[in-house]
Amino acid sequence: MTTTTTAARAADAGDAPMPSPADAPGPRPRFTATARGRYAVAAAGLVLAIGATFLLDPYRNYLLSLAAAYVCATAGLTILIGRTGQLSLGHAAFMATGAYGFALTSNALAEAGIEGPVLLLVPFLVAVIAATAFGTLVGAAGARLHGPYLAGLTLAIVLALPAVTSTFSGLLGGDQGLYVRTERRPEVLSAVIANEQWQAWVALVAAAIVLVLLAQLGRSPSGIRMQAVRDDTAAARLSGIDPFRVKVQAFAISAGAAGLGGAVLAYVTQAASPGAYGLSFSLFLLVAVVVGGTGTLPGAVWGALLLVLLPEAIAAVTDALPLPDDAVSRLDGNLAVLIFGALLVVIMIAAPRGIQGALVALRGRIRSRTTRTTST
Amino acid sequence: MDVPILLLAGTGLARGAIFAAFALALVLIWRAARIANFAQGAMATVSCYVAFHVTALTGNYWLGLAAALVSGAVLGWVVERGVMRFVDRSNPLAAVIVAIGLVMVLTSTLAIAFGADYRPMPAPFPREPIRIGDVAVISPYSLFVLAVVAVLMLALALLFTRTGVGLAMRAAAFAPEVSRLNGVRVDRMRTLGWTLSAAVGGLAALLVIPTELGLNPHAADLLFVYAFTVAIVGGLDSPVGAVVAGLAIGVILTFVTAFAGATFAPIAIVVILLGVLLVRPQGLFAAREARVA
Repeated sequence: MTTTTTAARAADAGDAPMPSPADAPGPRPRFTATARGRYAVAAAGLVLAIGATFLLDPYRNYLLSLAAAYVCATAGLTILIGRTGQLSLGHAAFMATGAYGFALTSNALAEAGIEGPVLLLVPFLVAVIAATAFGTLVGAAGARLHGPYLAGLTLAIVLALPAVTSTFSGLLGGDQGLYVRTERRPEVLSAVIANEQWQAWVALVAAAIVLVLLAQLGRSPSGIRMQAVRDDTAAARLSGIDPFRVKVQAFAISAGAAGLGGAVLAYVTQAASPGAYGLSFSLFLLVAVVVGGTGTLPGAVWGALLLVLLPEAIAAVTDALPLPDDAVSRLDGNLAVLIFGALLVVIMIAAPRGIQGALVALRGRIRSRTTRTTST
Repeated sequence: MDVPILLLAGTGLARGAIFAAFALALVLIWRAARIANFAQGAMATVSCYVAFHVTALTGNYWLGLAAALVSGAVLGWVVERGVMRFVDRSNPLAAVIVAIGLVMVLTSTLAIAFGADYRPMPAPFPREPIRIGDVAVISPYSLFVLAVVAVLMLALALLFTRTGVGLAMRAAAFAPEVSRLNGVRVDRMRTLGWTLSAAVGGLAALLVIPTELGLNPHAADLLFVYAFTVAIVGGLDSPVGAVVAGLAIGVILTFVTAFAGATFAPIAIVVILLGVLLVRPQGLFAAREARVA
């Protein structure tokens, strides 16, 4: 049990003795001590981000939508790993559940001639419910297990995904996946903004909802119970906490967040296919969480941005270099995996608190310097 | 359709023997260092690429096999000394996460260097079954696999139960402090565990690849998942559990593949895993305590 105690402690950058401000989203987390403050910060951040979509061209808005979708998944995963010490390598499978749930519902509604807000919102709801239900099942199987065992189970699930889609190819479209018919931007807006910009708005709202709810969760009794179970299962049980229920709950919530992320991806890309949720992508989510700073929600945002920006940067560099086509096609995709893998190893060994840990340390240093200068 | 039960059983046992060997490699590291080596599939694939090229250059399968063993051992040594030694041991997730990073580095390096195409691996013996009368019994290649794995198991059993080194390795894993006081070089034993395990893993992957699609940077991904399932069913602490569970799962998967198609095998594995974990979470062989460590 002692190993469990120390287990995720080191993995959790937000594990300061004081309620750390690091768990809330937004650039000024110092003001987020209250729930109302967190709403305010989230709303301000959302308004800023939506304002930013007016400055971006359609492709960059598309990238922003991807980042927002990834934020849903990485935020869910970082809470799972950081708060409960449960390691999932298969969150891409929950994203896929959300994406397929969204696709099937949206197509069925569109088939029935339903349009408007119902066609926009109901598929998201179904996606979250489907992913949460699947997460509950996997969480129940994995709740008695720790680190390596649970990681193996989730790895098996994500590797089985292509087999599932080709076995039920009538419903899920096999390797090709599904084309998703979606509700487009409202008529009123169509003169003002491009569809990519509208999609970015939807994605940003989804990410904001996930971040606020997970920040609330972290402060709530449920969040405290999760930490208690992680730090000392026996002590938690003595205090009347049911560790099994707490872990399953955390897994279900985390899967639900990932499901929403997958639904956003399905909405933005208008497709749901097994290739988009493979093993590499699933491991990328883990990289994002660790590099951003495990257990911290701002870290999940940094990580998601990295997932979008780094491959873009790599593609720009390989395009600029005078390489033969053969070499370019080999480097395409693989170089990103190589760099992400190396980052994962180096960060885990040299700086396990990730970007957010570095930022918090930096802020602490600046603050202590300013207080010193004002006191003298 | 006339179902060749005997042939399927033999093929299944041979496959299961490979799973068992690969699971045994996982057990070796687990017992030596309390680390579940998620990079084992990728490390074994690197060994197979070495073997592939040695065989292609020399035209000799056995040199390739030797090269797989040697390169596996070297890789295990390098990974332990170069990376795993520096991992925070107070956090059990850290080793898994670092190993995942290694998987990404190794597979992407292979894909950049050799491309993602499947390369056919030669088998040293025919894979067509021997027939007794009208009944297809077992292929020479399956017999070869069973023999190699049997020799491997016997050698490992002798090493751990009959030699001083084996005793020192068991002691170092079981009680590091006491062993150190008694003059056992615990760090060295841990490195040796990694070296042995990676060599065994490379050999197992080399045996399985001729029966699959061919050599590819991700060729051992599913092998790892199957072997990990074997380890969960059998218990990461139990070599006997690994062997029994390995043979059983090999046979089950071969029958599933024969009756439901090859694509269904990964689903069957998830069902087996979920089933075992929901119904009998302590596994079939390991003590319950080992699973929460």
